[in-house]
Amino acid sequence: MQSLLDKIAAGQLWSFPGGIHPPTRKAALSKKGIDSLPLPDRLYLPLRQHIGVAGSCLVQKGDHVMKGQPLTQIDSSMSVPVHAPTSGLILAVQEHTSPHPSALPELSIVLEPDGLDEWRERSPLNPAEWTPTSLLERIQQAGIAGMGGAGFPTSLKSAVQQPVEFLIINGVECEPYISADDALMQEQAETIVQGIEILQHILAPKAVLIAIEDDKPRAIQAMQHATQGRDNWFLRAVPTKYPSGGEKQLIQLLTGQEVPNGRRPIDIGCMMFNVGTCFAIAQAVLDDIPLIARVVTCAGDTLQQPRNLWVPLGTPVSDLLHFCGFQPERKQRVIMGGPMMGFALPDLTAPVIKTSNCILAPSRSELPAAGEEMACIRCTACAEACPASLLPQQLLWFSKAKDSEKLDEYNLADCIECGACAYVCPSEIPLVQYYRVAKAEIREQQREALKAEQAKARFEARKVRLETEKLERQRRNEQLAAERAAKQSQSDDQAVTAALARAKAQQASPKLQAEPATGATPAKANQAASQDPRKAAIAAALARAKAKKQTDAAAKAVDSSDSNETAAPAEDPRKAAIAAAVARAKAKKQADTAANTAASDSNEQVETPAAVEDPRKAAIAAAVARAKAKKQAEAAADIAASDSNEQVETPAAVEDPRKAAIAAAVARAKAKKQAEAAADTAASDSNEQAETPAAAEDPRKAAIAAAVARAKAKKRKETDPQ
Amino acid sequence: MITTALLILGALALVFGAILGYAAIRFRVESDPLVEQIDDLLPQTQCGQCGYPGCRPYAEAIANGDDINKCPPGGEATVRKLADLMGVEAKPLHEEAQNAVKKVAFIREDECIGCTKCIQACPVDAIVGATRQMHTVIADECTGCDLCVEPCPVDCIDMIPLPETPERWKWDFNSIPVRMIEAD
Repeated sequence: MQSLLDKIAAGQLWSFPGGIHPPTRKAALSKKGIDSLPLPDRLYLPLRQHIGVAGSCLVQKGDHVMKGQPLTQIDSSMSVPVHAPTSGLILAVQEHTSPHPSALPELSIVLEPDGLDEWRERSPLNPAEWTPTSLLERIQQAGIAGMGGAGFPTSLKSAVQQPVEFLIINGVECEPYISADDALMQEQAETIVQGIEILQHILAPKAVLIAIEDDKPRAIQAMQHATQGRDNWFLRAVPTKYPSGGEKQLIQLLTGQEVPNGRRPIDIGCMMFNVGTCFAIAQAVLDDIPLIARVVTCAGDTLQQPRNLWVPLGTPVSDLLHFCGFQPERKQRVIMGGPMMGFALPDLTAPVIKTSNCILAPSRSELPAAGEEMACIRCTACAEACPASLLPQQLLWFSKAKDSEKLDEYNLADCIECGACAYVCPSEIPLVQYYRVAKAEIREQQREALKAEQAKARFEARKVRLETEKLERQRRNEQLAAERAAKQSQSDDQAVTAALARAKAQQASPKLQAEPATGATPAKANQAASQDPRKAAIAAALARAKAKKQTDAAAKAVDSSDSNETAAPAEDPRKAAIAAAVARAKAKKQADTAANTAASDSNEQVETPAAVEDPRKAAIAAAVARAKAKKQAEAAADIAASDSNEQVETPAAVEDPRKAAIAAAVARAKAKKQAEAAADTAASDSNEQAETPAAAEDPRKAAIAAAVARAKAKKRKETDPQ
Repeated sequence: MITTALLILGALALVFGAILGYAAIRFRVESDPLVEQIDDLLPQTQCGQCGYPGCRPYAEAIANGDDINKCPPGGEATVRKLADLMGVEAKPLHEEAQNAVKKVAFIREDECIGCTKCIQACPVDAIVGATRQMHTVIADECTGCDLCVEPCPVDCIDMIPLPETPERWKWDFNSIPVRMIEAD
């Protein structure tokens, strides 16, 4: 069986379904050469002139640029730079009407040519350095994007990994009026062939197929001449039929293979470039001329001199029309692109860009405006004309119903928007417009869906973040609380032990006799109050209670009625406090009087317990001391009895705890003063006595208590002489 | 005779029952839960305009029988899809929600005091900034939910309509502003 290459070599051509034969109207222009447009006053260069993303702007207002200087920088493989078409001054970087059916403003560089047309330094790529990488790099830096209409970055298209069987050069140019490629092939066949050779170098295809419609004999002749004697280069004159210049249609026409739904031509080993692209590649590589100008067909009956022109990119369409002798009619339409696939320009200040191949200014008789849209009569003429074998009448229904699922089912995505269906429609339904709207709607929906997905992901991520933050905070709080609790319990322990120590010390000292207790208690109360009022109060109460017990014992001897009165309220701590205060006062008085007599006696005692080291002996000594003290107290009681009785009555009557407390405090203060007065005589006596019982219980604690007692006694001594 | 028939039928019933039971476990089809399906249809702006704190809670509410027309950002298209999914009649959105234009938040940066309140309000973390530092909205991530406008103490957040770009433009052929070119 014959291989595909053999069939092609044998000159076989295939066919694609559908297609139409509109009047071509090219004859007038195809015989003329390409003229040059004089430099316009202003050039408007949109940053993005192709499919993909715009580069970042390199120039700013006031910069002077040379011809061919890059004005934007590429940031990704999906972008190509824009170059200055001539030398001049950058007037602004601002929004300007875009050459788009919406005419929405787009960021553009405004260049005022200086008329000198000065080139930047150029460095053609040495053929010795030709590697696919360096060539692709050069093609990208030259800003080349597909010039057939779509404007896909050429370098990205060429940088494929799959093997290329057929490199197809598209010189078909099937749309009516347009003859830009035709003229270019006639004039620049040699350069185009050089461009094809460069592509061949990059892609290494098995065969090169050049397709030209058979209504362009001069172009065919020129190209035939230029490609003579090359192996596996096939020049094909294809029958004139619209839209044989479509990529998928031309592949089918030349190789008989159909590009599968949703795939690219490279998937079946084909790669297609426009002749204009080939020319631009040759210029970029061989002469280092970036893509700064292109051939534009200016046609239409309202132009007095329709022609093909070399137009610097960025030239406003109005300048172009003016140069061709534009004589607009009423309600004149100006179309960018061909009459089949182009769009009416809402604003003539829109510039020519890399993909603009034709400016059409037809008269009304030449290209009548579309009539009233009528109902679809289901004649299926559109389905017969469709080159992609779609069902346009069905797609129309679904487009109107905005049923994107059905549109997808009926392969709207495969529609090449060639306009053949609308051309044949007897009801003059602008079918392609419906499809364009539907496609835009679907694109928007896809974008929305993508955005929704992103938003959802971000929302979820935020929720997770908030949750972890919350846990973190909780953990920290717990940690802090634990630390605080630990500190608290520690201080509690300390307070408890301190209170215990105090209580013990107190227990030890007042047990001996009433005299030292009077001095020690207020001091201790003060100390305790500074630490913790409650605990201090309890401790004080305890101390007071003890003091009272002692005084009770003392009072028994003096007056039984007196002791009864004091013992009764001892149950209640507060009352006890009052009683204690009273008792202290009594004790002090007793001490005062006793001191006079006891002074010499106690002095003797001082020596005795101090020498006693053994706790037992100390206990015995203490007992002896107590007994003596009692005797002294008994002796003193006679004098003190009447005095103390009065004092007992007064505080007992006080019911209110607060008042009682005040009274107690007052009593304490009095007691203190008395104690101070008594200290003169009793000081040395009480000091030593305090030491003795302390030692009896626990040597250590006793030592501390004794030290404290000594310190107090010292202070008293210091203050008293004054 | 009858016993034999009963035995045979009983045995058959047991065998088929076992086969069916096995198949039910072995070839179990994990069906997409309804809430997930509804959530996928919602626009995920997390704006709370439906009265629920986010899209998923609303999806759960719809699954439990709430109205399907409470999502203004989703528009008619979402209501239609939800109606299809839930098998209910598509209800129109509230009047003011029908002509909703897509918007994004914009912070007038020289007026921002850096209080971070809007950052905390943003459901999709689309606002960047720090305490006493200027904040700004990442327009591409903003869902236009409006939630940051209210907390701003200096009212420096505007909701501005998304500008139309050639990429987003929708060939609305009835409204092409065809400018007539007058004869010189």
